[in-house]
Amino acid sequence: MRTVLLIIQKEFIQVFRNRMMLPLIFVVPIIQLLIIVHAATFEVKDARICVVDHDLSTTSRKLVSTFEASPFFQVLGYSADYKEAEKLIRANKADLILSIQAGFEKQLLRERYGQVHLSINAINQQAAGVIQAYSMMIIRDYNRQLIVDWIGRSTPAQARMIPVEYAYWFNPELSYINFMVPGILVLLVTIIGLLLSAMNIVREKEIGTIEQINVTPIHKYQFIAGKLIPFWILALLELAFGLTLGKFLFDIPMVGSLWIIFMTAAEYLLVVLSYGLFLSTVTNTQQQAMFLAFFSMMIFLLMSGLFTPVESMPAWAQEFNRINPIAYFIRIMRMVLLKGSGVSDILKPFLSLGVMALTTLLLTVWRYRKTV
Amino acid sequence: MATQEKVIKVINLVKKFGSFVANDHLTFDVFRGEIFGFLGANGAGKTTAIRILCGLSYPTSGEVTIDGLDIYRQREQIKKRIGYMSQRFSLYDDLTLGENIRFYAGVYGLSREDIRQRTAALVDKLELHAIEKKLIRELPPGWKQKLAFSVATIHQPGIVFLDEPTSGVDPITRRQFWEMIYDKAGEGMTVFVTTHYMDEAEYCGRVSIMSEGKIHALDTPAQLISKYNVRNMDEVFLRIARNIEAV
Repeated sequence: MRTVLLIIQKEFIQVFRNRMMLPLIFVVPIIQLLIIVHAATFEVKDARICVVDHDLSTTSRKLVSTFEASPFFQVLGYSADYKEAEKLIRANKADLILSIQAGFEKQLLRERYGQVHLSINAINQQAAGVIQAYSMMIIRDYNRQLIVDWIGRSTPAQARMIPVEYAYWFNPELSYINFMVPGILVLLVTIIGLLLSAMNIVREKEIGTIEQINVTPIHKYQFIAGKLIPFWILALLELAFGLTLGKFLFDIPMVGSLWIIFMTAAEYLLVVLSYGLFLSTVTNTQQQAMFLAFFSMMIFLLMSGLFTPVESMPAWAQEFNRINPIAYFIRIMRMVLLKGSGVSDILKPFLSLGVMALTTLLLTVWRYRKTV
Repeated sequence: MATQEKVIKVINLVKKFGSFVANDHLTFDVFRGEIFGFLGANGAGKTTAIRILCGLSYPTSGEVTIDGLDIYRQREQIKKRIGYMSQRFSLYDDLTLGENIRFYAGVYGLSREDIRQRTAALVDKLELHAIEKKLIRELPPGWKQKLAFSVATIHQPGIVFLDEPTSGVDPITRRQFWEMIYDKAGEGMTVFVTTHYMDEAEYCGRVSIMSEGKIHALDTPAQLISKYNVRNMDEVFLRIARNIEAV
């Protein structure tokens, strides 16, 4: 026990004596939280429309002005030629083309049937999906309006429509920030924890002190514990700091118990830190360790559902998330902070994280060699 | 101070890295309390051997016992009884001397009181009052080397292994360093030291001369000088090297 305390003491002195370390631990997260939360938004604002209106009727103009009135769209300009409009999309100046055929109004009046054509730039398929959904909504509303205007309120067509009312649970304002901040906090403790731990033992290898450690009677588990605990404490403080920032800067909801959050974080960090230390034991230079840390973090992060919904990933990717600690922690964070989930709700992911923590920890202690 | 008690016993020690044989059937004993010099050019296999003796590396075959303990089965017990100073500087340079001592001495299980006393004794003896609170990295290289030795022996081990302790150090510091080694030997500590400086060989009680993984001579410096009928150890070494070439 005393040996472990000695290593912890030594690590803390070294961390706080390193001038780069404190800013790294506390300033970087603030910047990260402030920037990524906004950068990673799925919301589409001011999608640029180029209108190709060959009809030039009252009906077609009204449709265009409905688009214009929406905060999601911005009419970039009109073009008489579809080819010209296409050029704008190719030059990345427009996001979609709304083209209306000549005779649109007439056809609509005579045959009660009209057609508009939408071409959406789908380089960013997610944004394209959102634009398409918004456009559909606007066109449908406009269509309904036309029915009301032309045929009158009491028509059977109007009466037959089923009104759908939406209630958004747990995030009633559909706030993107409420959804993102808990995830960004996970990202934050992961980066700090993984980098600090992955660079640590390998640094001692580089400067040569590891050899001196290895000729002492320190047990392997003592060494790993002594290396892990300081970063564990730092990362938990970091999380507390991040949650406080989230509360004050973004007023994120904290419906559930913070105890559950910190218990889960403690467990999650065991996985991250022992994995980091594991990388540190298998590599020979800080560069290698850093590369491996970033490589694995990217994979686990992008698969985790932080930026993209896991539900829309292929089945194998969803299966992969069974062994993805980041996915579990993000899920629990969102469940507890937004929904107020209790212990019984998160028990399964919590236990899965526990199994992972134990496995990585044992693997790391086993893999650490006191020989060269 | 040398006794007849064999504190290190090595029989047919072999270490291979793939097809390269770094240690080729080494056999030698070290007596308690002696200063044993392990000589050879760079790449002769000295560091490989010293690492095996310290439990940092496994031998391919052969028998090694340190203080009666078996190198294969009792490495962790051996580690409590030995000190080791590696070729690379091994104090934490972002800690002070006191912090380094507290850490290493604590790891060997010394009590707080012991640590305090030994630190104070060391500071007095080496007149370190001015640099006690400085970070190691702020000290001149010669000091660092002497401090590394002091920290490596802070737990008063029965045997200390020094791997090229004086390489890259100025002559005056080398001289002071050897005085420190003599001090420790005077207290009954066995000193196992590797070096490629032949003049240092004459400070040792007995020396072995190694080349290409084999030990070619093992005796007191005086015996070796008279056996090869030369003036100093440098010439002994040259003579042995020439013999190897002739073969």
